[in-house]
Amino acid sequence: MNNHILNHLPYKSSFRFVDNISMLSENEVRGEYTLKQDSFFYEDHFAGNPVTPGVIITEIMAQIGLVVLGIFLILKEAELNFVEDDSLFPLLTSTDVSFYKMVLPGQKVTVISKKQYFRFGKLKCYVEMLDSDNELVAKGMFSGIIKNINIKNG
Amino acid sequence: MTRQEILDELKKVIAPYTTNKEMLAGIDDHTDLIKDLKINSANLVDVIIDAEAKYDIEIDYDSADKMVNVGTCIDVISEKLNQKV
Repeated sequence: MNNHILNHLPYKSSFRFVDNISMLSENEVRGEYTLKQDSFFYEDHFAGNPVTPGVIITEIMAQIGLVVLGIFLILKEAELNFVEDDSLFPLLTSTDVSFYKMVLPGQKVTVISKKQYFRFGKLKCYVEMLDSDNELVAKGMFSGIIKNINIKNG
Repeated sequence: MTRQEILDELKKVIAPYTTNKEMLAGIDDHTDLIKDLKINSANLVDVIIDAEAKYDIEIDYDSADKMVNVGTCIDVISEKLNQKV
């Protein structure tokens, strides 16, 4: 199964936005997440009228579309002498997302990501999010790096 | 290709990744891609990939590592172009 990869995700509890990975290959990943009714951001966004913030939509797309695929690719690179899991941190380096539909508390979303390239430690993907009616919620280009942390160049 | 010719082409490759157009117009060997042109360090990868397509060359990890300023970029591109002939 693909979900063993979830053990490598550094996110915990309120900031983990992946429930299941239904498809995973070197070029593509598909995963699902159901928004929790009691997530911390609904209380204030917006008071009495909860809507999933765009940054959270973006984060869900990044965690499934970029981080899951990125960790999968790095684990595949056998010669890469990565040591401890906890020294691997994903860093988002750019996003360009367009939003089409609102996502409400309790809704289930599906993220589909297609690799554009993975070179010099950078993964770039085209990522789409669909709702349970298979309608487009958001789409965009995501880039990030995952490696043993090295932030000297910012 | 002369260094000047490579430089002229390199400006076009870099253009989409910097907002500092004034600085880009006047770049020389000492211009640092990150510090001077304010290119996002992860976008250096895009500069390298675009340069590969532009010059029809392949840039390996060690060469990419050297490409920190305009001069070293031209060095690497020039070296790879020579290997093709």
